[in-house]
Amino acid sequence: MIHRECGVLKTTYEADMALYPLPIARWTVAAIAVLMFVVLPLSVHEYYLSIVNLVSISIVGALGLNILVGYTGQISIGHGAFMSVGAYTAANFAVRLGFPFWLALPLGGLMAAAVGAVVGIPSLRIKGLYLAIATLAGQLLIEWTINHVPFISGGVQASIQVPRPELFGYQIASQRQMYFFLLIFVVLALVATLNLVRSRIGRAFIAIRDHDIAAEIIGVNIFRYKLLAFAISSFYAGVTGVLYTYYQGIANYEQFQIVTSIDYLAMIIVGGLGSVLGSVFGAAFVTLLPIGIRYAMEASGGLLFSEAAVRNIIPNLRLVLFGALIIFFLVVEPEGLNRLWRNIRNYFRLWPFAY
Amino acid sequence: MGDWGFFVLLLSNGVLIGLMYSLIALGFVLVYKATDAINFAQGEFVMIAGWGVAAAMALYGAPLWLAVAAGLGGMIGFGFGLERVVLRPLIGRPIVAVIMATIGLAAVLRGLGPLLWGAETRALPLPIGDSPIVWGPLFIPPIQLLGAAVSLLFLAAFGWFFLKSRKGIAMRAVADSQQVAMAMGINVERYFGLAWAMAGVVSTLGGIIWGSLLGVDAHLALVGFKVFPVVILGGLDSIPGAIIGGLIVGLVENVAAGYLDPLVGGGTKDFAPYLLMIVALMVRPYGIFGKPTIERV
Repeated sequence: MIHRECGVLKTTYEADMALYPLPIARWTVAAIAVLMFVVLPLSVHEYYLSIVNLVSISIVGALGLNILVGYTGQISIGHGAFMSVGAYTAANFAVRLGFPFWLALPLGGLMAAAVGAVVGIPSLRIKGLYLAIATLAGQLLIEWTINHVPFISGGVQASIQVPRPELFGYQIASQRQMYFFLLIFVVLALVATLNLVRSRIGRAFIAIRDHDIAAEIIGVNIFRYKLLAFAISSFYAGVTGVLYTYYQGIANYEQFQIVTSIDYLAMIIVGGLGSVLGSVFGAAFVTLLPIGIRYAMEASGGLLFSEAAVRNIIPNLRLVLFGALIIFFLVVEPEGLNRLWRNIRNYFRLWPFAY
Repeated sequence: MGDWGFFVLLLSNGVLIGLMYSLIALGFVLVYKATDAINFAQGEFVMIAGWGVAAAMALYGAPLWLAVAAGLGGMIGFGFGLERVVLRPLIGRPIVAVIMATIGLAAVLRGLGPLLWGAETRALPLPIGDSPIVWGPLFIPPIQLLGAAVSLLFLAAFGWFFLKSRKGIAMRAVADSQQVAMAMGINVERYFGLAWAMAGVVSTLGGIIWGSLLGVDAHLALVGFKVFPVVILGGLDSIPGAIIGGLIVGLVENVAAGYLDPLVGGGTKDFAPYLLMIVALMVRPYGIFGKPTIERV
């Protein structure tokens, strides 16, 4: 975030690895917390909060995928399917056994973690392209299974309605309540990820990403850490699926198809691979992009095109811009929005006394 | 028709469809062989080429030969341009970057088709008739026969190209080691562009044949999903591998669909090749004809 490091001298490794790199960072974090928990929900209309809620859900998923792709260097095109595993697990527990929300959510996450670890097994033998294709196969096979096994999918439409989440006897119904509810999970996910990547496990992940054979030689247990990366990442994905299910009130596999996997990959690439803040930027950007296009086209598209043409243009323009953005960031700014943010910050570090 | 006849029908259908898969997989293999780049947009290449040809005939009233020529020209230009603008800056970057760039390209092409030519499904009529050829238990639509023939023709042509022609040998040198090829005076970047343009040519024919079989709309890109089992089974950089992989996938999916679909309620066609592919990945990831890679620190 925005701070200057003038007059700060670190003398221990602990200080260097601390969650708050500078004393003033505590105040920035506190200010953002006040903004998010008090100012924003009190000042913004419910509709906009519902958009923020979508961003919140994506942040959790993007963080999870970034642990796998950005930090461990293993690609996964199957995260949409892991989300559906979490969603259907939680929905089945909630509807058939009447499990409350706070039990169904971790169960969904754990089930997704288990499935994710199984899909990740090929990563021990293959990597790069082969792993991408293996996870793609995982995505298609999980989609097919959910679609064809009524026990999981709950009938013809392959969708299960879930009750509204309840915490301490207090039902979460409106978007405003949902906002606080989701924000708690975003905070949990952020803190967990920040702590994970500066711990022993996170260091092992980064070693594997930079060179897996070299990492193995210096004593990182590749088998354990690769599967752990898949499991943790899929746990996040499962939780994302559960949150989305509760947000929508329905578990439906159509929300978790391969397009979703690609959306999340786009988030972390646009945001910045291997960066927590980048995941947040990317999640916000990719979620807001289609909404922005819809607004722009509905407002001004009618001037140039007929109404039917506008309806054709909106989803396709979204696809084109979306793909073009991925390519643009990969070619021009591989470190993503996070890098742009750092450039801005570095510019203002010595401002106005830059020399 | 007896059980035996049904089986033979499934086999013949599998062989023909499999050869048509080989044609599409060939585009993927050409690019991978020469440039080590992975094209996740192969299905979209096929789709956009087929769409362009169909739209040229329907919207602008071009005759078939002109539409095909325009499609070929367009895809060659597209291949060269794509290599220059997107792929060349990514040389030397992690493999994930190339994969994601082609996934992004796939999204662009899938959106561009309907934006340029409208979202409705178009027919792509070829002057070969619709009535199937019936021969004993066999029941062959002519378009499948044409597809298989074109596929074999291309596979033979590219086999010759890589073995005998000067450009093909240069391309193999580039694939083997870019640095050594450069030192021998081969213009590596030009051959990268050429490989993408060749993939464009193959995709155009694939798009015409598949488009005429299935109709042209955004769903045509889904045939691209079949490319991965084909190339993994056959070996990523092997042209004979593309044929063998295509035949295996075609046979497996047709036989599986014929016998299992009534039991599980459909969808085996998409399921079986991927299951087979996962087994192949675990046992022999470099495929039947591929080269195993040795890694050093």
